[in-house]
Amino acid sequence: MKQSRFAWIVPALYILFLMAPLYWLVAMSFKTNVEITTRFTLVPETFNLNNYMKVFTDERWRSVFANSLIYVGLNTVISVAVALPAAYAFSRYRFFGDKHLFFWLLTNRMAPAAVFTLPFFQLYSAFGLFDTHIAVALAHCLFNVPLAVWILEGFMSGVPREIDETAYIDGHSFPSFFIRIFMPLIASGIGVAAFFCFMFSWVEYLIADSLARSAVIPITTRLQALSQASGTDWGVLAAAGTLTLIPGAIVIWFVRNYIAKGFALGRV
Amino acid sequence: MKPVNHGAWFLVLPMLIIVAFTAVIPLMTVVNYSVQYVATNAQFHWVGDLWFREVLHSEKFWNALWRNLVFSGCILAIEIPLGVLIALNMPRKGWGVPVCLVLMALPLLVPWYVVGMIWQMFGRVDIGLMGVMLRDIGYNYEGDPIDAWFTLILMDVWHWTSLVALLAYAGLVSIPDAYYQAARIDGASKWSVFRYIQLPKMARVLTIAVLLRFMDSFMIFTEPFAVIAGGDPVFLSTELKQTVELGQKAAMSLIYFLIILLMSWIFYTVMTRDDGEPIGQGGAS
Repeated sequence: MKQSRFAWIVPALYILFLMAPLYWLVAMSFKTNVEITTRFTLVPETFNLNNYMKVFTDERWRSVFANSLIYVGLNTVISVAVALPAAYAFSRYRFFGDKHLFFWLLTNRMAPAAVFTLPFFQLYSAFGLFDTHIAVALAHCLFNVPLAVWILEGFMSGVPREIDETAYIDGHSFPSFFIRIFMPLIASGIGVAAFFCFMFSWVEYLIADSLARSAVIPITTRLQALSQASGTDWGVLAAAGTLTLIPGAIVIWFVRNYIAKGFALGRV
Repeated sequence: MKPVNHGAWFLVLPMLIIVAFTAVIPLMTVVNYSVQYVATNAQFHWVGDLWFREVLHSEKFWNALWRNLVFSGCILAIEIPLGVLIALNMPRKGWGVPVCLVLMALPLLVPWYVVGMIWQMFGRVDIGLMGVMLRDIGYNYEGDPIDAWFTLILMDVWHWTSLVALLAYAGLVSIPDAYYQAARIDGASKWSVFRYIQLPKMARVLTIAVLLRFMDSFMIFTEPFAVIAGGDPVFLSTELKQTVELGQKAAMSLIYFLIILLMSWIFYTVMTRDDGEPIGQGGAS
């Protein structure tokens, strides 16, 4: 389909709209607080890195970034590990209750986090897990395991079933076939699933905030505490906010062709 | 047809245990709370459906529910047409494709609290770019509920329109060139190409987009919380967080969850309707 010669204007304007608030965040991170609060400048007067230095040298900032990365990493590993065999079962076999199970998974992805946070304190205290990395990692499985199962099921269904059968005839056992033959075939699917688990755990706020309160404070909880306090240090806040964009910005290039697929639970 | 194999349950078992721990146990605890009254000495008393009647007669609950529905309605009315418009005009080949995909996806990857923080910094009338530009016409999201609504909707459009655009784009690029050639031979107008070729081909992805956007905006909490810190407008999740009485909170959670369950069922039916096999094929992309 031939597009009009001026078609590019629409996405260009839209991208401009997307970039404006991001630009403002990054610009603020290079300004001093005096400049932010007293003068309105479109471009920072001097590009000073003091705000970033403050974030990097402050033990509290470093620990909240580390906390978030640890529980996000744990969650990604757990989610993909349990989703792989489950997705294989859904893509290859029919079994008692499969449809209901698949639907029930979806309801967890759709459930409001606020509903589940209510009993978290009692539940995770009972297991001695409250305020630990693993608690947040487990709680994020609520929406990440369904996501991973749905995405992986989509990729696995694209692999012809004949490959499984040939492998079994060649004498492979199930674990040997799954790890040595099948997983390399859906490597890109595993990558995409892992990326989206990482992403959704990284962007989530409510569950992480209600499970990790003092020993393991997530980055967003610290941002919240500082941004709604009086006498806000806007420069440092903007610098820390800019740094939270980096994990997404680094990997986005690699998944650019799968973004729609991942956000739509593998159903595109 | 896929073979029947009940042994497949062993493959789903690890996943089942994890999700049962993170979803079923909390939900059962909520059910338990919702039918009891917790006295100050931590004694539980059976109260039956008292909390449910209380919630269903609570004006605050209905207000939050309507407000949330109106919010979701506005979101859909803006984001879906805008997303389609952007997708129609996105480049189909060349260097513009990856540039568009990557830049448009950026807001989707920003932590939700930071999205709110970005818009707080962008919209404040003392330090924000948008706030300073609009303050001469009386804009101030901290004082005026209309301006707060405007800011929250604009923020959501900023955050999520790309999802609609990328989904619609994925639908558009899957249309074979032959369709367009046939349309050209028939002398079809731009409108009829859109109406009879592009729209039907996008119908499935757009349904997914509508339902995803509806569900996620229906349970929105973090972004408005970051911008207005629990002030007006109060959405359903905010109302839930602000309810103090444990039993009432639990009853409200369950009612909220049942609405979501109904919506998920519609979502599931629509998504698997066109698939040949019981559990969906991943589809082509």
